Amino acid sequence: MSDITRHDNRLGVWGWLGGGRWGVERYAYILHRLSGLGILSYFLMHIVVTSLRAWGIYLWVEGGFFHQPIFKFGEFLVYAAFAYHAFNGIRLVLVELGFAVGQPIEPIYPYKTSLNVQRPLLILMMVLAGILLVAGGYEFLGL
Amino acid sequence: MSEASKAVRQINFHVARFNPEVDRAPYVKTYQIPVREGMTVLDGLHYIKDNLDPSLAWRYSCRMGICGSCGMLLNGRPTLACNTQILHIATQDLTVGPLPNFDIIRDLVPDLASMFEKHRSLKPYVIRADEAQIDDPGGEFYQSPQELEAYLQFAYCIKCGCCMAACPTLATDVRYLGPMPLSAAQRYNRDTRDDGRRDRNLLSGSAHGAFRCHYAGECSRVCPKGVDPAKAIQHLKRQLVLDYLHLARRKKPCLKLSGPGQGKPLPNIPAAPAKTA
Amino acid sequence: MRETKYWTWHMAAGVVILLLLGLHMLTMHVGGITHLFAPQGGEATSKANSLFRDSSLFFTVTYILLLAVALYHGLYGLRTILFELTLKPATEKALTFVLLIAGLGLFGLGAWAAVAVHAVAGAAAG
Repeated sequence: MSDITRHDNRLGVWGWLGGGRWGVERYAYILHRLSGLGILSYFLMHIVVTSLRAWGIYLWVEGGFFHQPIFKFGEFLVYAAFAYHAFNGIRLVLVELGFAVGQPIEPIYPYKTSLNVQRPLLILMMVLAGILLVAGGYEFLGL
Repeated sequence: MSEASKAVRQINFHVARFNPEVDRAPYVKTYQIPVREGMTVLDGLHYIKDNLDPSLAWRYSCRMGICGSCGMLLNGRPTLACNTQILHIATQDLTVGPLPNFDIIRDLVPDLASMFEKHRSLKPYVIRADEAQIDDPGGEFYQSPQELEAYLQFAYCIKCGCCMAACPTLATDVRYLGPMPLSAAQRYNRDTRDDGRRDRNLLSGSAHGAFRCHYAGECSRVCPKGVDPAKAIQHLKRQLVLDYLHLARRKKPCLKLSGPGQGKPLPNIPAAPAKTA
Repeated sequence: MRETKYWTWHMAAGVVILLLLGLHMLTMHVGGITHLFAPQGGEATSKANSLFRDSSLFFTVTYILLLAVALYHGLYGLRTILFELTLKPATEKALTFVLLIAGLGLFGLGAWAAVAVHAVAGAAAG
């Protein structure tokens, strides 16, 4: 068996992003990763920039380098990423600790899986994230 | 039989072909097949082999969704070929490919050895201290219907590999154990006859174990037997955390009843009537 | 059990961040609606408000706590994503070590800065 050449058929990173017809939970997972990476890259810079205040350098106040509309918009994106990541994270903490997925049942076709059980929670979390997003947008748009 | 069901449609099967002795990479070959209502994808593949191209290779056996041999990628979704009606998923074109996340041996045949190795490494069998009783039993194990229900769903797995093909983590992480082995581990962890949970935890709680699952849920969506491996893995994670925090309930594996008539009856069960013969 | 330990703390850190970062967001980005913690008026990010928070013990302590849990949560998340790229075991060990050092370094920088400005602002106010 070992002397037969095999062809590697892994989807690779394309398997994270695309590759077939999926359910909404998979897109939620992708967005959770992207928002997490976005927040992390902002956060690492944020630590350095805010630590500069110990040397009297305030880059974010009026007149500072970061007090420009493009950076304000970037900040809003980070805020949006946080709103999504936080509420999806609440759902994941509940789901991955075994709550909101249901107990083992006798599978009767058409199958109702744990995805059906946690779907209302997903919808609730997305609505709450949307509300937070609007509240932040109101602030960021300077209304 | 109504006229509509006798109607024949021409469906294009775009089948992935790969002969390792000749080809460097898989390519797609198209076959046009007359399809009647009720024909499964497996029937279509047989038609190709019988009439169009005898060199096509794929795995199949029971043709009724119980052996798990014919898992393949149909219109982008991993599922069983014998279980899928052509006209339910295609109106004109149907793409047929081998299960992703496995090496391809030939055409539509994936190399499932890695999945079975991972499955074996998680010790998918009853483990007890009284080993002699498993091999040479002196009675039956006691297990109530409720205790059976706690793991029965995960026992329906036919090891077809569709969940492994759908999992996003397995797309990049070769060492991830995967939904099938992990739900098999949970099936034995919840079996009251078994006492091997801590053994299995060493591997299922490792760097490429249950915690590389992020509940994308694709495994449960594609499972042809409704096993819901995603649910099994989340319950497994909860048990791993409880074991880490030393909050797990201490339970002995269930008792053996030694021989007929020697078990202790439950409190509210009336005594048997006297023998008449 | 090591991975189980890391993951459990990752979940716990997430919950703590929800509270602390939520508070941070309310302070910084929803102040127009809630008018929290901006006693100097106007933008929460103004110099006056920044100095106010520097001098406050509550903000100093919660910032340092938020820094610690957020660094742990974020860097463990990054480690998870990188681990799923099929690395060699030696690379995995090295990566864990590098992320640990980076995390400790950034925590040291941020915590020191928070304490330093608190001492200065406290001295200036008092």
